[in-house]
Amino acid sequence: MANANANPALSATQKPVLEVVEMKSENEESFQTFILHDEDHTLGNALKFILNKNPDVAFVGYSITHPSENKINLRIQTTGKPAVEVLKQGFKDLKQMCAHMLTTFEVRLNKDIISIMEVHKGSLNRESLS
Amino acid sequence: MTHIKDIRQKVQLTEHTVFNVNSTNFPGTYTDFDDVWSQERFEERFQIDIISLSETDMEFDMVGVDAAIANAIRRILLAEIPTMAIESVAIWNNTSIIQDEVLAHRLGLIPIKADARLFEYKQKDAEEPTSEDTLQFTLKIKCTRNNVSSDATDPNVLYKNHRVYTKHMEWVPLPGQEHLKAKEIRPVHEDILITTMRPGHELLMDLYCVKGIGKDHAKFSPVATASYRLLPEIRLLREFYGEEAELLQKSFSPGVIKLVETSDGQKMAKVANARLDTCSRNVFRHDELKDDVSLLRVRDHFIFSVESTGILPPDVLVSEAIKTLMGKCQKFLLELDSTSIGKGKHKKGGKKA
Repeated sequence: MANANANPALSATQKPVLEVVEMKSENEESFQTFILHDEDHTLGNALKFILNKNPDVAFVGYSITHPSENKINLRIQTTGKPAVEVLKQGFKDLKQMCAHMLTTFEVRLNKDIISIMEVHKGSLNRESLS
Repeated sequence: MTHIKDIRQKVQLTEHTVFNVNSTNFPGTYTDFDDVWSQERFEERFQIDIISLSETDMEFDMVGVDAAIANAIRRILLAEIPTMAIESVAIWNNTSIIQDEVLAHRLGLIPIKADARLFEYKQKDAEEPTSEDTLQFTLKIKCTRNNVSSDATDPNVLYKNHRVYTKHMEWVPLPGQEHLKAKEIRPVHEDILITTMRPGHELLMDLYCVKGIGKDHAKFSPVATASYRLLPEIRLLREFYGEEAELLQKSFSPGVIKLVETSDGQKMAKVANARLDTCSRNVFRHDELKDDVSLLRVRDHFIFSVESTGILPPDVLVSEAIKTLMGKCQKFLLELDSTSIGKGKHKKGGKKA
């Protein structure tokens, strides 16, 4: 394998998934940088979007430190809340959003499949649609 | 107000520039809009329409999401949905003219019809393949001369097995894989040409497939392509008649503009189906038209096109992609709950939600 880090099965046991960059000044939990290992623009940008939607966030941005390093740095500055709480809320919102997308997609699929099958004259035969 | 709505919702294509490319619907940008994230509002607006679906291709509309989310799904489809592909090859004999390493690379790219959800990732330090993480195929074929006395020159007549296809690969169930027999483990296509041979050439090799993702190697990608485009919108800012209407029609892709007859027998241009437009901006080449046509794209209306390699149906791939994104969130939520980071222990006076 060219890059063992890309394999989720390997990374889970060997490396931390999430880290916090320690700050120079103490007591600033509303200004934090997180390191998300084994992630890239896929999660970084989605997370940036959902955090930007949060009025508690003053700034959020992410960067890929180096193309050969499999991690992103996510910077969150809030208007007062601890950055960790805001990050957690971001993941929750994103997850809830995906859950709705998934159910909508699957409901729609089961509804449309009949009409689409008619168009394709039964060319769709598969064991199960689950 | 309508102008601000356009800035928020539409991308504008002008002759030389594209305006309003980025999403601006974030809290603090506008005074008259509430852009704070709300699941209810999202659910109200979010919509999916399946346009077409076959064994390998699918087109669907996803309305009401930001590009960041649509792009995450596209990226996951390309690079993060696992499939099985040949990862190592034991070559016992290869007397064909194709080199071992080139042959092994070609074999790696063959899509294998096997549901990777039934398998585990092979551990990095594991040496022996197990029934949970590996599929084995053998390729044993020898090219021989056909007994023909004529002076034929066609290799199809002269030789037997001079073309090696994926149909010659034979699945060998490992001990404990008997339950997979009903699943028809095989290459997706039986007619992919692997190599050609001449009499005396011979191949004997064992092929080992493992589970992997496209991020690691493109051979694991479950899709041929997965892409999206934004829904085009065309606004005619005045009425176009006669020759002008025809010129307007010609400036767009077929089917975009229709000509309707008015009561006084004139031909008038109307937008028939903006979806068919390729957004070529050809209309801006005509001075008489360019100031009266507005080309836009709806920023949150994505027309997805997914072409599967045939390993999994495209609709299953999209479901898996959304699940993968959910899984990522879940992974970090668990991490935040289980480690000191989430509890704020690394700081004095940990806070609670």
